[in-house]
Amino acid sequence: MAEPTSAIAETDGGAPSPTPLEALRAEAVETLGEALGDALLATHAEGDLWVRVEHQAWQQVGYVLRDRLGCLWFDFLSAIDWMPSPFGRDMDAEQDWPTGGPDPRDLSIESGVTGGETRLQVFARVMNTQTGLGVIAKADLPNENPAVPTWIPVYSGANWHEREAWEMFGIAFVGHPDLRHIYLPGEFEGHPLRKDFPLLARRVKPWPGIVDVEGMPAEGEEPPAGAGQ
Amino acid sequence: MGLIESGKMPAPLTKLLNLSRKYSLWVYQWGLACCAIEMGAAFGSPRYDVMRLGVIPFPASPRQADLVVVSGTVTDKMVPSLLRLYEQMPDPKYVISMGSCANCGGPYWDSYSVTKGVDQIIPVDVYVPGCPPRPEALLEGIVLLQERIANEDIAARWRGDPIVVE
Amino acid sequence: MTFTEREQQAYVDAASADARVNVELETEGMTLNIGPQHPATHGTLRIVARLDGEQVVAAEPVMGYMHRGYEKLAEVRTYPQVTTLINRIDWLGSFANEVPFILAAERLMDIEAPPRAQWIRTALFELSRIANISLFLGDMGVQLGALTPVFFAFRDREFVLNQIEAVTGGRFHPNFDRIGGLKDDLPAGWIAETKSVMAKMRGFCDELEDLLMGNEIFEARTRGVGVIPDHVAASFGLSGANLRAAGVDWDMRRDNPCGLAYESLDWKVWTHPDGDSFARYWVRLQETREATYMVEQLLDGLPSGPIMAKVPRIIKVPAGEAYVATENPLGVMGYYVVSKGELAPFRVKIRSASFSNISVVPWVLRGVYVPDVITILASLYFILGDIDR
Repeated sequence: MAEPTSAIAETDGGAPSPTPLEALRAEAVETLGEALGDALLATHAEGDLWVRVEHQAWQQVGYVLRDRLGCLWFDFLSAIDWMPSPFGRDMDAEQDWPTGGPDPRDLSIESGVTGGETRLQVFARVMNTQTGLGVIAKADLPNENPAVPTWIPVYSGANWHEREAWEMFGIAFVGHPDLRHIYLPGEFEGHPLRKDFPLLARRVKPWPGIVDVEGMPAEGEEPPAGAGQ
Repeated sequence: MGLIESGKMPAPLTKLLNLSRKYSLWVYQWGLACCAIEMGAAFGSPRYDVMRLGVIPFPASPRQADLVVVSGTVTDKMVPSLLRLYEQMPDPKYVISMGSCANCGGPYWDSYSVTKGVDQIIPVDVYVPGCPPRPEALLEGIVLLQERIANEDIAARWRGDPIVVE
Repeated sequence: MTFTEREQQAYVDAASADARVNVELETEGMTLNIGPQHPATHGTLRIVARLDGEQVVAAEPVMGYMHRGYEKLAEVRTYPQVTTLINRIDWLGSFANEVPFILAAERLMDIEAPPRAQWIRTALFELSRIANISLFLGDMGVQLGALTPVFFAFRDREFVLNQIEAVTGGRFHPNFDRIGGLKDDLPAGWIAETKSVMAKMRGFCDELEDLLMGNEIFEARTRGVGVIPDHVAASFGLSGANLRAAGVDWDMRRDNPCGLAYESLDWKVWTHPDGDSFARYWVRLQETREATYMVEQLLDGLPSGPIMAKVPRIIKVPAGEAYVATENPLGVMGYYVVSKGELAPFRVKIRSASFSNISVVPWVLRGVYVPDVITILASLYFILGDIDR
């Protein structure tokens, strides 16, 4: 399953040969496959190693990464909302978001590397600082009541990252002792990083930078009257 | 002396009092974001040296301050604290809003968590534009404020601005 | 991490038993609120600490007073517009913020900046590191009651800012990095001037070393205070000097320089085995000095050539996902960029160093004395914009 695609692209520096990292990644895929079995859904190697797992196995993958692959360093944990924004970019600019007519854009969900099935996807990156192996783990969450086991027993640092993901996406972390608002005031409603959360200021007032894309006067096909020699 | 209350301040006395107020501003710094570093450079560094303008930074508490410089992004979460400390300052008090964020929200004009301008909460006397403004710009803002204080009618200040409810 | 929890608890118990030897000294618990606007928290971090006498039983940082929503705002801005925003995350070393994002976009577009651009990028990256950390070196003194270092820091930092301004036009927020290269080349005479500034900054480092290292008060207040062992540091995701001060020999500049010109330089990664406040200060001081040498080497070996690769006028980044992290002044900063082939990124996850660095605070502040709260916070070195984003 692990096809080491374009592994050369990762080392833009050029000097060290990519082979040791490639071998490490293949080995890691093997270990993960052996430990997780069917819960390992897809892998992708390009610089880092991406793995997608069943969300029930989320905590287990953390333990495997920490204890068997030596990824002791916790990088981050967050989530992606794969639903395209129903508001476009709210720019009211013709080239970005036509205001009238049928919506030309495809609003179907299309996931990135390693694929995905549902709207919300939780992902985290850990690293083995000795070997330089970085692993990005992903898990699809159910559309109703998205929830996933917490990573706090595995990596203590996941605590705040999970609070952030809960606040921004509304993902419950089962077993998290302290799921409270971290950034926003307590009375804040909604989950800002979900794509269907509107930026109200943009709804009220169009993007002020729109004048910039109207083209400079000199760029027009014909000079304004009286401007020519 | 009852002169201020009765609104009959003699002009020379007004001038004298304004002059002394102008050159003894104790400034409370509400440093929030990037602008706070430029404010620190203006107030704390030997190169810009704000004290030569008769402005003294670093009071122990807002209760001693005459002027507050709000420098940086004011978020909705910060607003209650800002209001509380502003209310602790004794009158007459002045506010300088430093930087685009404090003026109008700046680059975060469309954010869900940023207050679009500190003037939505407290009255602002001088706006210093820039992102962040250079320390010199803040110094100019202080000089402009001092000009304003020099020409102030103390009696009117005493009576206070009429409270208008819309 | 149950073991470390227990370790920590044992430490707290022992320390509080010490404090209670004299029963008369036992006090009622109280809650101390520091912030959100407090000079010692450089910005708007708020710490709520429960105290037992002079000792902290539990401390909890309250963040979000500077949360500006970068990740959401980046989704409604085009790629070149995003750099304007992300400049302001770590506002002391702004140029360094742009670099990983630009590198991630370049990786997705499969272009590479020309060598000259890479070298200038690296030089500016190191300059912003010096501008950033020099303020820390001065500020740490203030938290211990020594006011002189911060005046020195503000004085000498201006020289570095002048150099950054001479190239980019901005003291703080350069917005100079472009996808595929840089906006402009270096101005005339800049290289010689920067070298003299680097010598000056080395003098600044020496000066601070004279002032603080070996100073009895400084050593007493920082040695053995706020010890973070390496396994705890890794598990909380600490990075940068905080991790290297715990003895972990890992620096992204050496181990994964992706697109920056570190490989051709002769330099050293500084580590310290102790993991206390002193070690963190010491490592940063050495790194600042090392950075001045690195800038000099970069300027000496600057290749000639163009500073901009061929990029389309309207930048559309092909669909894909990329994560690029670099060793920023505060630690590892990474951008996870998801693109769908449009003008704007679909999702940008910003991995900021301070957020993870500060997440260790509840752990490390348990059982310390109140004055040490301030020194430990200062030694972890955070910037609010980098925590709250």
